Amino acid sequence: MPKIKQPVKSPHIDMTPMVDLFSLLLTFFMLTTSFRPQEAAIIDTPTSISEKQSPDKNIMTIEVSKDGLVFFNIDNGRDTTTHFRADILKEMAKRYNIVLTPKELLNFGRLASFGVPMKSMKTWLNIDPGKRMKLETGIPMDSLDNQLGYWIRYSRLANPDAEVAIKGDADAEYKVVKKIMDLLQDNKVHKFNLTTTLVKDEVLLSDVK
Amino acid sequence: MGEIIQEESHKKGGKRKAKKHSTRIDMTPMVDLMCLLITFFMLTTAFSKPKVMEITMPEPPKPGDPPPPSVPAFRTLNIILADNDRIYYYVGIANPKKPPLPQLFKTDFSKNGIRKILLLGFEDKTVGLKLSGNRELFTKIAEYREKRLKGQIVDADSIANKKIREFKKQDRKGPIVLIKAGDKVKYKNIVDIVDEMAITNIASYAIVDINFVELDMLKTAPK
Repeated sequence: MPKIKQPVKSPHIDMTPMVDLFSLLLTFFMLTTSFRPQEAAIIDTPTSISEKQSPDKNIMTIEVSKDGLVFFNIDNGRDTTTHFRADILKEMAKRYNIVLTPKELLNFGRLASFGVPMKSMKTWLNIDPGKRMKLETGIPMDSLDNQLGYWIRYSRLANPDAEVAIKGDADAEYKVVKKIMDLLQDNKVHKFNLTTTLVKDEVLLSDVK
Repeated sequence: MGEIIQEESHKKGGKRKAKKHSTRIDMTPMVDLMCLLITFFMLTTAFSKPKVMEITMPEPPKPGDPPPPSVPAFRTLNIILADNDRIYYYVGIANPKKPPLPQLFKTDFSKNGIRKILLLGFEDKTVGLKLSGNRELFTKIAEYREKRLKGQIVDADSIANKKIREFKKQDRKGPIVLIKAGDKVKYKNIVDIVDEMAITNIASYAIVDINFVELDMLKTAPK
């Protein structure tokens, strides 16, 4: 009897469908990813049951760190032709008599949150990004030198549609947040968002019966 | 997985054949790279966008505005926050001209603390105090939400929100909560208490400034 010949199977696996799938996934992830800009301070937000998502454009964020330092951030808006950040900084520079070059303004437009007083703004813009942390001493907001108030005012003037979010650290003092809220109310912002982390918590109907 | 491209060996004396390359392309490095990139993007993608809690502060009255409607004292629940996560409450209005001052009660942020008072109210027979909780409104809203969830009511989100707002407007029984913060209160506590208002569906609440009478009351309050 002749032996039955086993057909020799090719060791190759057809990888085309796998590659197809991978490319699809890769494209999906590449397109959906939006890189989180480097944050000026680490902020651990408190928790709430709110499920409202924070808008990713047209939002002014005021951050309060654990030590009560205040940081400010506003985006350039949905429209790529608007340069709100540069416009706002220009007004601020005019107010505090600081001369900034167009390159510095452009550079500022690309950055995210900052916590520098106006007097060190120029140095902050030109310094190596790794060394910026040292200059971040928080934006002054006392009655003698209320820079945060002006930032809010000029931001409101430049982009009146921007929503306001306060992102405070859970352990920050309420006093600081209260002051920010008062400043916002001075600038006719009566409705704002508090950034929180979602934690489910609910009362069941059976609990109240 | 690597493919070995076999070269045809030249036969002696034969015609020199052109090299035959396999039509297959080795895709292994490509797949490797893609795997890496996918892993990278998957890990860096922030799917969970930050959530926000909306809060509306009362607008300061302009000259010429009608005076605000007076709040019935028996429905007013004052919540006073203090340092070290302490939380107190009293009912009514603290007026130094009309002694005695209301008594401060201590509670906590737990489920059986302030939430129970907000929902079920409380009663103190020694001073004849009674505060009805928010049970009625809460049940109404919770039942509506449950019916929507089960599909018995089909309402779009916007309509549902409108209806819930309407329920809150019609409410005449639940407590009116005034949130006041003393010195050195952590931001967390304010968010927690406002969140508690959302959990218990309180119709009307506001964050207001603490006054000196209440600060005095805090000093003598049980620690």
